[in-house]
Amino acid sequence: MNVNYLSSLAAVIILGLIAYAGAQSGGFYQVLFGIFIPYLAVLVFILGFINRVMDWAKSPVPFRIPSTCGQQQSMEWIKQSKIDNPSTFIGVVIRMFLEIVLFRSLFRNSRVEIRGDRLSYKWVIWLWLFAIMFHYSFLAVVIRHLRFFTEPVPFFIPLIEKVDGILQVGLPIYYISGLTLLAGATLLLLRRVLIPKINYISQAADYFPLFLIIGIAFTGIMMRYFTKVDVVRIKEMTMGLVTLHPGIPEGPIGGLFYVHLFFVSILVAYIPFSKLMHMGGVFLSPTRNLANNSRAKRHINPWNYPVKVHTYEEYEDDFREKMIEAGLPVEKE
Amino acid sequence: MNDKPKIILGLIVFVAVFTFPFWYNHLSASAPPKVELTEKAKAAKVCVAEKEFMRREHMQILDQWRDTVVREGKTIYTDENGKEYVASLSNTCMDCHSNKAEFCDKCHTYTSTDPYCWDCHRYPEEKK
Repeated sequence: MNVNYLSSLAAVIILGLIAYAGAQSGGFYQVLFGIFIPYLAVLVFILGFINRVMDWAKSPVPFRIPSTCGQQQSMEWIKQSKIDNPSTFIGVVIRMFLEIVLFRSLFRNSRVEIRGDRLSYKWVIWLWLFAIMFHYSFLAVVIRHLRFFTEPVPFFIPLIEKVDGILQVGLPIYYISGLTLLAGATLLLLRRVLIPKINYISQAADYFPLFLIIGIAFTGIMMRYFTKVDVVRIKEMTMGLVTLHPGIPEGPIGGLFYVHLFFVSILVAYIPFSKLMHMGGVFLSPTRNLANNSRAKRHINPWNYPVKVHTYEEYEDDFREKMIEAGLPVEKE
Repeated sequence: MNDKPKIILGLIVFVAVFTFPFWYNHLSASAPPKVELTEKAKAAKVCVAEKEFMRREHMQILDQWRDTVVREGKTIYTDENGKEYVASLSNTCMDCHSNKAEFCDKCHTYTSTDPYCWDCHRYPEEKK
């Protein structure tokens, strides 16, 4: 038991109950949870995100500080690792692309152990595997949800739905990404809970988004496959939101929908203030996006000011006679 | 080193991508589809379950029917009131709801649902 994850779990459950109670009491609360909070959340997300990135943009990066993972550019006969230690812009672009799309730095994850009387390093793939499963599932889920926000629905959404529902199990058809999202988030959570070393360094800010995303995936799966909600009315409402003609449709929708929407609103509004900013931060990490060309190109610190110097020659000119008197060696007689 | 122009360009892309639903629809939404009943359906008044339930869960009933008919050979479905129906999409559902374009397709298209019912099933020719 650990206060960090128990408090996060409790927070998510209480937030869910608040939204559910609000949806049940109807009227004003449906407008609050269905219209006001989602708009506020989107606004906070967009403006907060821009603010955070501009804050980073203002931070000076005077020197090249890439973390390198291979042989740097050197003599012609020494083979350079062009992607892991890039010295050109193209190399950096390839390195960044692979990092963002394939999470290469997580792929290198290793574990240190003492085995018998010797130290051993072991390649551990689980973090990378859970992360890539989680992120791509989330992407597929987000793109699929655009069917509620577009009219007519653009071609790529049915395409993704076809691929995601390729198993053709059940009706409504089971989507692979829904379960892999829930599984990915749960596995990442278990990793933090069960591995002592990782548990030790985990904070409430690590657990909260995981519980929140598990809550989102769980309510989504419940609505699609189990308790059911009225999809046509939901789309009427979401279309109202994105066309700036908000309204609560007549007839029942289902309380779980409001819980789902409230969770998503919180997640979206929480992004700019949390670790989830790695979404934008990955593009701006100076240890990845700089070329290692410090030895080929001189990088002058842009805020260097002219420094007043007093050279040894000038010093000797000032004190020559006294130095000779004291018997100190001088360069010019 | 000054990367601000590049970063601002990135932010413009970010805003454009994440506000996609707002600009894609040109801020106007067509009215949500209304289910249209045929004369026969109106006259019958009752379906195999009540209206709100059918709005949400019709697909599950059809899935259940497929399993019971094809795998267990039970072709009769008994509803909550004890009334019996032949479990068949083409012959029972579409007997009343013969207007596929108006009754099925409208909402399915609206919510980007592409049921594979009609990969196998024939649907009755619509009478105009």
